[in-house]
Amino acid sequence: MSIGLTGPPGVGKSTLSAALVRKARALGKSVGVVSVDPSSPFSHGALLGDRIRLAEHFTDEGVFIRSMASRGHLGGVAGATADAVLLMDAFGLDVVLVETVGVGQSEIEIAELAHTTLVALQPGSGDSIQVLKAGIMEIADIFVVNKADHPMANQMRREIRAMMEMLSFTGWVPELVMTQALAGDGIDALWAAIDRHAIYLNASGEMAVRRRAAFAHQVRQLALGRLERRLDRAVCGDFAAGLDPYAAAEVVLAQFGEERGEDAVGPGPARPPRAIVKGLT
Amino acid sequence: MSRPLRIVVAKAGLDGHDRGAKVIARALRDAGMEVIYTGLFQTPEQIVQTAIQEDADGIGLSILSGAHMTLFPLVVDQLREQGADDIVFFGGGTIPADDAAELKRRGVRAIFTPGAPLQEIVDFVNRECGKRRELVG
Ligand SMILES: Nc1nc2c(ncn2[C@@H]2O[C@H](COP(=O)(O)OP(=O)(O)O)[C@@H](O)[C@H]2O)c(=O)[nH]1
Ligand SMILES: [Mg+2]
Repeated sequence: MSIGLTGPPGVGKSTLSAALVRKARALGKSVGVVSVDPSSPFSHGALLGDRIRLAEHFTDEGVFIRSMASRGHLGGVAGATADAVLLMDAFGLDVVLVETVGVGQSEIEIAELAHTTLVALQPGSGDSIQVLKAGIMEIADIFVVNKADHPMANQMRREIRAMMEMLSFTGWVPELVMTQALAGDGIDALWAAIDRHAIYLNASGEMAVRRRAAFAHQVRQLALGRLERRLDRAVCGDFAAGLDPYAAAEVVLAQFGEERGEDAVGPGPARPPRAIVKGLT
Repeated sequence: MSRPLRIVVAKAGLDGHDRGAKVIARALRDAGMEVIYTGLFQTPEQIVQTAIQEDADGIGLSILSGAHMTLFPLVVDQLREQGADDIVFFGGGTIPADDAAELKRRGVRAIFTPGAPLQEIVDFVNRECGKRRELVG
């Protein structure tokens, strides 16, 4: 079972991870943790500090923790994160937790890697608007309003609930759990929600769908990585004077055997949405 | 482009000062390395387990509490015991020259005392951990 954890910096992702690891260990499950922090685009260096909150598990043989720098990979995880999750799974770890970079951008790649995606929200931050944007509703299997001790926590819960009532879902309806990760409050409820989602995935057949999608995603990433390097070399060359960017793109694409045709600008293939506003058919 | 070096920066012992460790962490990061920062009060076992799980090329340990003559050798022992003594282990803190010489004899690769130029530390880590990377891959 793999669990992805995303949300803005400081919302408590690492603290939640630590609490979930404690819970899993209490249940006798072995755990792998992969946490991703950003690489500096300037020096390529990185400061990986998510381990700090997991110190109590450093010498526990049932817990393996690996920090990763994003190394320029966008989407909230590192290029090698999917491999790390696969390896930990193959190694026989019962639970694999992935903490994303959490820069609040579109970190939707986590949903391709993890069976269950948790989106942690920060009370009083206006995050409920974020949720409407950028497909967060598409990736959140469980919303976690952390820092339930915060005075705005209940307002946040109401806002999410109100937003969900406007939507009609196909399949899984995201759950909402309030937690106080620091004190460990709400972690049992969160674990129960994760369990329910796992049962849903298996019973509905969506697990198989997700596995196939994850495989395709990884193949795409690997192929794209290679193509990107070729492309980088190709666009470094000199273009004929007076060539506009569109025409130049055609020149480059021709080198790849790509025929003129499909519009270069525009959205990728559409996917069936998980939720749409009620009233639309 | 080669993979960045990975360095665990740890703080052991019971004193709560990690300013030095944070400055080193930041310097190594700015020099293009991936720094795994573990926080305060780490035991030798925790430090070595972290380095193994993180596939680190080096460990930098800061000690200001005066317990350096016990803690540094314990880390060296742990590394040997775990078959991980290819990891470059270096340290820093207020450590008298005689003690530093003795620690180096016992397997600590370098000791940096307050006032050591950051560039010197970065150069050391680049050189020694780079060599380790060439050997281990
Ligand atoms: N008040 C309160 N603070 C919390 C809670 N959970 C985490 N924090 C604090 O929030 C800060 C950021 O936590 P961290 O786990 O590092 O967040 P991350 O950046 O999302 O990984 C830390 O100072 C935590 O102690 C909570 O439930 N209540
Ligand atoms: Mg974190």
